Amino acid sequence: MNATSTPAGSAERAKDTVLSVRNLTVNYGDIRAVKGVSFDVRRGEIFTLIGANGAGKTSTLRALSGLCPCGGEIVLEGRALGGAAPEVIVAAGMSQVPEGRGIFGALTVAENLRLGAWIRRDREGVAADLERMFGYFPRLRERREQLAGTLSGGEQQMLAVARALMSRARVLLLDEPSMGLAPKLVKEIYAVLREINARGVTILLVEQNANLALRLADRAAVLETGEVVLSGAGAELLDHPRVREAYLG
Amino acid sequence: MDYALQQAINALQLGSIYALIALGYSLVYGVLGMINFAHGDVFMLGAFACFVLVMWIPLPLVVVLPAVMVITGLAGMLIERVAYRPLRRAPKVSAIITALGCGLVIANAVNSLSPYSQSMPRLLEDETHTLFGEVKVSSLQILITGVAVGLMVGLDFVVRKTRFGMAMRAIAQDRATVALMGVPVNRIIALTFGIGASLGGAAGVLYGLAYPVIAAPMGVLVGWKAFVAAVIGGIGNVRGAMLGGYLIGAVEVTTVAVLPSTYRDLIAYSLLLVILIFKPHGLLGRPVNQKV
Repeated sequence: MNATSTPAGSAERAKDTVLSVRNLTVNYGDIRAVKGVSFDVRRGEIFTLIGANGAGKTSTLRALSGLCPCGGEIVLEGRALGGAAPEVIVAAGMSQVPEGRGIFGALTVAENLRLGAWIRRDREGVAADLERMFGYFPRLRERREQLAGTLSGGEQQMLAVARALMSRARVLLLDEPSMGLAPKLVKEIYAVLREINARGVTILLVEQNANLALRLADRAAVLETGEVVLSGAGAELLDHPRVREAYLG
Repeated sequence: MDYALQQAINALQLGSIYALIALGYSLVYGVLGMINFAHGDVFMLGAFACFVLVMWIPLPLVVVLPAVMVITGLAGMLIERVAYRPLRRAPKVSAIITALGCGLVIANAVNSLSPYSQSMPRLLEDETHTLFGEVKVSSLQILITGVAVGLMVGLDFVVRKTRFGMAMRAIAQDRATVALMGVPVNRIIALTFGIGASLGGAAGVLYGLAYPVIAAPMGVLVGWKAFVAAVIGGIGNVRGAMLGGYLIGAVEVTTVAVLPSTYRDLIAYSLLLVILIFKPHGLLGRPVNQKV
């Protein structure tokens, strides 16, 4: 059926994979925080990296966004981005919701969102997306001209997600969006993530809350001390004895 | 009464110059959290650039002022690129020493080219207008104050209302996260240095018009006063820098009016200490939220 010269499997994979990470390493001085991590994220899926504190999850995401020097390969939609500057990576279609939300508290909600659209020049498109975000998060509309620092933790997390989406990212990286939030708010955020994903945004989610992340994710990998020790479908890992023992208790 | 009003007009002129220089300290502190001790010398460079330009080709002020602003702006960006950027991850002390070093290099460079003070040629006809009674205002005073206020209003607009200003304010808060928005952080920082330096250069030109004897040490003498103004107003705060500039101008003029003129600097610097005791972050500054 397939007459191409390349093996069907690898061609399939190349087409399917939107983000490919190979042998990623991150060092802080003499400390190796990430020790050769490899994984592929497929287009349209929710992929999650779980692991304990200090497993290298945040370092991996920081490296993917170009915030810290790293070794290895990062390929986004066929484009090598290892060592690229953060603004190049955002322009290539990958944005991040950083750990701790990273809201600009002295700027208004609307300014935070406009900053998220920095790389775009289509004024009408940005205005339309602003409305779309207010559709996802009606509470942000009410607080539009308020300083972002006055928002509650949950609202700030919503703002951080909306802000990252303003760049029209095709791949969204999220670093512990559930951190420090009440269960009800976490549910709300996760519902929006599911909706965003349904609209075609690929999601790479980093979580300490393995239970939550594995239920949402299509596929997952477990990081331990800077290495991938397990990977598979989200539901599968949820039942894996090692995961149950270490992360789900 | 007339005398007081007259002094107020004089204070307005001096304060405008301090405010313009103070903005440069405040802008750079805002985005980088470092004090650019070379800024006073960039101000001095502005006065000398004006002098050299005018001696070379006698151009009108409308050409000379923007030209000097471009020259000092580029100088500021060059200093940032060569001296400060490589030290961005180094301890704060290294950056401060480097800034002092840059200032000394500029001051000594100018000093070796022009070891004596120079007198600035007159760039425009100065007329004195009598407002009422004994109160007089010169067209030079109007020009200096007007140009300074115009530049400050422009800067305030840029910082508050433009995309660039938005990025600047965001960088002041969290540089790493701004990069995640796709903002070219280094370019914004370089441009901020450029804007601060060009305002300092403009202040140099205006200073040369008001007090036409210029010499290399004026960078330190006037620069420190403007730095004090920035700190009094709340360093990192644009409107604070303006307020501090006018405050220092007023204090100096008042001191000279009622005390022997040798007390001028003593009073100005003492004011700094007194204000910082009661408002450690300056008049309009807010406590910095330390990130955990």
